[in-house]
Amino acid sequence: MSSRDDILASVRANLPRVDRPLPTVPLFDDHPPASLLEAFKKSLHQMGGIFLDPPASGDTLAPVRAKIASAKIVCSTAPEIAGNRDITGVGVPQDLADVDFAIVRASFAVAETGSVLLTEADLQVNAVAYLAQHLIVLLDPADVVVNLHHAYRRPEFRARHYASFHTGPSATADIEGVLIHGAQGARSLSVMPMARLPAPTDANRTLGRAAI
Amino acid sequence: MSTLPAILHPELLADDGADSIVRDGRRLDHAEGASKPLRSRPEPQPRGAKVHGNRPIDQAEAAARFIAAPEHEKMHDERLWDLRQKRDREMYGIAEWEELRSLASAIKEHTLTHLDQYLEEFEANARSNGIHVHWARDAAEHNQIVHGILKDHGAKSLIKSKSMLTEECGFRHYMASVGIEVIETDLGERIQQLDNEDPSHVVVPAVHKLRTDVAEVFARTIGTDSANSDVHYLAEAQREATRPLILAADAGMTGCNFAVAETGGVTVCTNEGNADLSANVPKLHIAAIGIEKIIPRIEHLAVFVRLLSRSALGSPITQYTSHFRGPREGGEMHFVLVDNGRSARLGMEEFWTSLKCIRCGACMNTCPVYRRSGGLSYGATYSGPIGLIIDPTFNAHKYSNLPFASTLNGSCSNVCPVKINIHEQIYAWRRVLVERHETPLAKRIEMKAAGELLSRPAAYRAAIAAADVALAHLPRFVIYNGLNAWGRHREVPHPPKQTFHSWYQANRGEKK
Repeated sequence: MSSRDDILASVRANLPRVDRPLPTVPLFDDHPPASLLEAFKKSLHQMGGIFLDPPASGDTLAPVRAKIASAKIVCSTAPEIAGNRDITGVGVPQDLADVDFAIVRASFAVAETGSVLLTEADLQVNAVAYLAQHLIVLLDPADVVVNLHHAYRRPEFRARHYASFHTGPSATADIEGVLIHGAQGARSLSVMPMARLPAPTDANRTLGRAAI
Repeated sequence: MSTLPAILHPELLADDGADSIVRDGRRLDHAEGASKPLRSRPEPQPRGAKVHGNRPIDQAEAAARFIAAPEHEKMHDERLWDLRQKRDREMYGIAEWEELRSLASAIKEHTLTHLDQYLEEFEANARSNGIHVHWARDAAEHNQIVHGILKDHGAKSLIKSKSMLTEECGFRHYMASVGIEVIETDLGERIQQLDNEDPSHVVVPAVHKLRTDVAEVFARTIGTDSANSDVHYLAEAQREATRPLILAADAGMTGCNFAVAETGGVTVCTNEGNADLSANVPKLHIAAIGIEKIIPRIEHLAVFVRLLSRSALGSPITQYTSHFRGPREGGEMHFVLVDNGRSARLGMEEFWTSLKCIRCGACMNTCPVYRRSGGLSYGATYSGPIGLIIDPTFNAHKYSNLPFASTLNGSCSNVCPVKINIHEQIYAWRRVLVERHETPLAKRIEMKAAGELLSRPAAYRAAIAAADVALAHLPRFVIYNGLNAWGRHREVPHPPKQTFHSWYQANRGEKK
């Protein structure tokens, strides 16, 4: 017998003979916060992320430009802002090892945890979100769901090969509980609220909106 | 609710918060971060249990050495108690917490009682997504399969994230024997790898080490300044030393927190983003999956992800929760489904629910024995309360002492996010091991004598009266010696002048 058949046979022979029905999981959304974006911001800060408040001037991208002003290499997959490293020309992920800032747009965010979801469609090269020293994420305020139960109803988890919740920067406190940002991945994660460009061909938008 | 104080060892409190990250006037304590700044004083690191082949591990001996290193013992106790308190803080923030625990338990029990079907569903969906699926009966087969995949790709170096399953399989040891370099990318796990020590905790592998221990390891292995034990310096040095290895690696490997039958994908949770680097930088990604990791549907992830990091670290979610459902363009993905004793455990009537475990470590953080003896004292892959009930399923002789390393206070069961009756299983293992004569001779004789005494009330009463008289008059050296474990670390209580039975007879007996 193959290992597969062996293991399945052993599992079948040992299955506990008890009745355990699959429960229904509620959405636990009876008491949503007054503002999903404000709740997201609070959760993000608790997890070490930075929320970039839109400036009064109305120049939404000003805080992003200020962040990357002194950076040598910026790689953006978001059409709203250009970098100086074109990700479409990247042959292997290792080519992104010298990126200082990566700028991407999130598929959506979760108020409960302060998470943003990044998929291969958002990142183009998955590794950019981990090799870059710093990460800036654009988020449409309309793309915030209340909690993880709602998040897992989103289509990305069936449509994408890779989907990762980022909640603040790479962190560790493996030595004496001392918190470190930038353990292996991004040293900082900033979220800039900014509506999506009205582009009907935007695959994310179509995907995100169609199934809700 | 516990009556233990918020801080157990106030002398550890750092007077300044120099190590801290402060935002908006608030000190951050997400991920494994301690909720208060702590400082230890240097002290040589006590090492773990002495392992002699198949001989029973003497947990108490190793624990005594850990306790004899007060700086280590205090810091360990404090940090884990702090994680427990952070967990409570998160728990109180979620009205449906107990409902989530019940749901998590029910989903796991349902899945385990239909495990064959869900494994087949998972496999079929993974294959249709373009993932290569392998099955391994045991640790040796797992190691050979992974070696085979690496050989096919000419891979000589492997970056990996933390996986208790690969610890269980002795994976690094095996890979070293076939000339493949394995680089652990979790900071705690990397420290342990460089120090040639096993992880002492499922979530915080180097929690038993002080910063000065890490400084010594890094000075020896990655060339840091041995006199500098600044934690930010050490972590940064490790990042800089590991990054080139990540970029040059031929293959990447991760474990798996949850495997979703419905999608054929796996979910991996880390705080460092190291699993994502391991999976997304090299072309080849291999995930090692214990067969008990299966859950039926995507929506079930919400229940487990909400519970996992809150239970483990008191942080609402891990910094990264990543879902792998297929290879990326030009990449290749392999899943290795591993049994290694799990299907047999499924058939153990009293112990099968231990397969619900999601490896959060909450039972370890709350356990008074674990907190004060360190994870390496157990001399096994799994330590703490969950280890006491899992380890004997691998080797009932070697780990026969472990179920006795518990006070049976039940705190482990109370904090378990999937409601495993851990302390009841610990007790059940004691019975099983005694029946199988896997307990030391002295313990067997004691228990046999106690059993006979307790079954005969008159003899019991006579013995108690005699013992009380003896305790009151015996010289100290008779009570506090090496043979009487109960007198080793505590004062034996003053014997009563009268037994309860004789008092009852004298005061109430005649009034009936």
